[in-house]
Amino acid sequence: MAASAKRRRGWRKRLGALARFTGALVIVGGLYSVFSPSLYAQEAEDNAIDSEVVKGEELYSTSCITCHGDNGEGVEGRGPSLIGIGSAAVEFQVNTGRMPMAAQGAQAPAGEAVFTEEEAEWLGAYIDYLGGGAAVPDDLEILVEDASVGEGGELYRVNCSSCHGYAGGGGALSSGAHAPELSGVTDDELYQAMLTGPQNMPVFADNELTPEQKADIIAYVQYLVNDDKDPGGVFSLGRYGPSTEGLAIFLVGMSTLLLATLWIAGKS
Amino acid sequence: MKRRKGTNESLMIKAGGELDDRFKLAGPTRVLMNKVFPDHWSFLLGEIALFSFILLLLTGTFLGLFFEPSMTHVTYDGAYVPLQGIEMSKAYESSLDISFEIRGGLVMRQMHHWAALLFMAAILVHMLRIFFTGAFRAPRETNWMIGIVLFWLGFFEGFFGYSLPDDGLSGTGLRIMEGMTESVPFIGPWASAALFGGQFPGTSVISMLYIFHVFLIPLIMLGLIVVHVGLVFAQKHTQWPGPGRTEHNVVGFRMFPNYIMKQVGFMLFIWGVTAAMAGLFQINPIWLFGPYDVSVVSSGSQPDFYVMFLDGLIRLFPAWEFRIPPYFSLPPVFWPGVVGMGLSIVLPLLYPALERRFTKDRAHHNLLQRPRDAPHRTGLGVMVVAFWLIGVLSGGNDVFAEKFDISLNAMTWFGRIGIVVIPMALYYITYRICLGLQQHDREVLAHGLETGILMRDPEGRFYEVHQPLAEPDEHGHTELEYNGWVVPKKMNRVGALAPTDKGFFKSIEEPTENGGEHRDEIEAGKHQ
Repeated sequence: MAASAKRRRGWRKRLGALARFTGALVIVGGLYSVFSPSLYAQEAEDNAIDSEVVKGEELYSTSCITCHGDNGEGVEGRGPSLIGIGSAAVEFQVNTGRMPMAAQGAQAPAGEAVFTEEEAEWLGAYIDYLGGGAAVPDDLEILVEDASVGEGGELYRVNCSSCHGYAGGGGALSSGAHAPELSGVTDDELYQAMLTGPQNMPVFADNELTPEQKADIIAYVQYLVNDDKDPGGVFSLGRYGPSTEGLAIFLVGMSTLLLATLWIAGKS
Repeated sequence: MKRRKGTNESLMIKAGGELDDRFKLAGPTRVLMNKVFPDHWSFLLGEIALFSFILLLLTGTFLGLFFEPSMTHVTYDGAYVPLQGIEMSKAYESSLDISFEIRGGLVMRQMHHWAALLFMAAILVHMLRIFFTGAFRAPRETNWMIGIVLFWLGFFEGFFGYSLPDDGLSGTGLRIMEGMTESVPFIGPWASAALFGGQFPGTSVISMLYIFHVFLIPLIMLGLIVVHVGLVFAQKHTQWPGPGRTEHNVVGFRMFPNYIMKQVGFMLFIWGVTAAMAGLFQINPIWLFGPYDVSVVSSGSQPDFYVMFLDGLIRLFPAWEFRIPPYFSLPPVFWPGVVGMGLSIVLPLLYPALERRFTKDRAHHNLLQRPRDAPHRTGLGVMVVAFWLIGVLSGGNDVFAEKFDISLNAMTWFGRIGIVVIPMALYYITYRICLGLQQHDREVLAHGLETGILMRDPEGRFYEVHQPLAEPDEHGHTELEYNGWVVPKKMNRVGALAPTDKGFFKSIEEPTENGGEHRDEIEAGKHQ
């Protein structure tokens, strides 16, 4: 009996000590938060970035490290270094399904994205953390809204059409590489591609095409693939120009007329 | 009102009489209406070209009302939003206006372009028919040469028409023409300067090409077409050999009413097909190409299909430049572009004369040959077709490479090796096929038809019963001469079995099984 009472008193004593300690902490913490609120907020944000970087690093270590190496340093003969390429490049490659690459080839083909957009952002944050680099401006939407389709058309024809073609249908490059077609590409992806020059594409940095000019081109490309409704007919023949037109005149025109000659004239 | 006297018929006769009194029409009309044309589907291919040419004149006149062949700079403020505020030439602006603002302009432009492609495609197919059947032989060599000249006039007419709108694609085509002109040794740069009025693109080339395109070349073509068709009238149409057909007659239908009805119907059908294509298929969307700017060369820039063959040769030819420093250099484009084009003009023109020289056949021919009976010529024709097709394919090799995921370098090397090897291989294969077909014809003439009836001897030997085509001698052979026409290969073609009803794609009625009711007769005249 006496032993148990003694034990109970010791437990109470410890609880009291904990309560006093907690109280002291609250008071100190409260005072701290009262006297340095800005410092506290700053620290919370840092934590958020850190966690994105950490999550990005985790994804990197499972899906990218084989070719791009430790800390994005690259592996000779497999994948280039990613230091300094920035988040725009990462998000473009990952969101369009080009990375992770299934096999080494002339060029990574676009496809189904393996990661969600959020995961791509984490990866981007991690690569950005490794060495900085280009990023898409936050006000891209406003830039595109104010863009001029006509200016964009001129810039497109001079800068883009030699690979992607007049109508954005894409084109062949040497040794199995190709410039992809531009239908179904989002504004962000177009901007990222111009900014970072993925695969065989040249980089159009801000000193070559200003962000406003890039937005003009985006506006024109979206007009070209979405709003130009091919007024010339039901079938656009893929807008490949004279090659498919030549096929059509033989497969549709000449073959119809040859059947007509068989119909109206003798066969032997 | 006074009542008219007489029936409809007597009124017609009266009207005809009055016309004849004044214009002396009865004689020529009688000759014309009674003229006989042989009837075969392959004789209508030239008409496709003729009628699309008429359609080209009609639609071209419409376009000519609105097109302005001027390279004066203007700022566009028309209906097509993405080009508003852009600097361009008057020619391109008026082409855009035809497409977007003139009522019916776009469909007329598209009809004009489709009709142009149809015209060239029909000429090619027509030319193949003439070639493979030997219809160019004496006395028709002149008409063959006129046909070749018409093809090349059509080639330049089409190329100039493609250049007129002064869009990005047409300017790129002109640039290649400039390069080819400049590559000619010694006179090249001068010729190019004369063509463009100085430095490319200059300010005058469009208005010059315009006069060529709408006046000079069509006028020459029209004249040559009249001579071409007139010669067919005067020399009479060739015909296939066959029962009752000789070198000295023409078996077929009279001009009136049968032939003329078919022709008018066919003409309207051709125009209908062209109009339908113009409504359904977008062709040459110039608004996407933008105004011509020397610094813009798009990927997938191709000429129309009939020029693509030369483009292909230029793409395939290795970059071999011949130099005598410091004065002279011969750029590689000279060989495929200028020499290649020159040979493609001269060799077809000379072909009838060359064939005469090698076969020593100087006789007049009004009966056609089956391709199998002239194996060397047929082989040569297939060789040229293969060469041309690989050229065309290589002219579009970048589009092909991109869409079928093939390396462009692989396409180029396929073209380089293929354009030499494949035509030669096809020549040999075609030659052997022709000989095989001849052999089989002669075998049927000597031994009779296969009946499909298998018999067995008492010794156990199997053999197929053959139906001889004439009374056989004691060895079971028949002496029948091959007359250059279809030899029957099936029992139902000689009346031994009921002929099957032919459907469009396959026979509606299957031949009777097992020889049917005539089996006994066939076996009675048994022949191994």
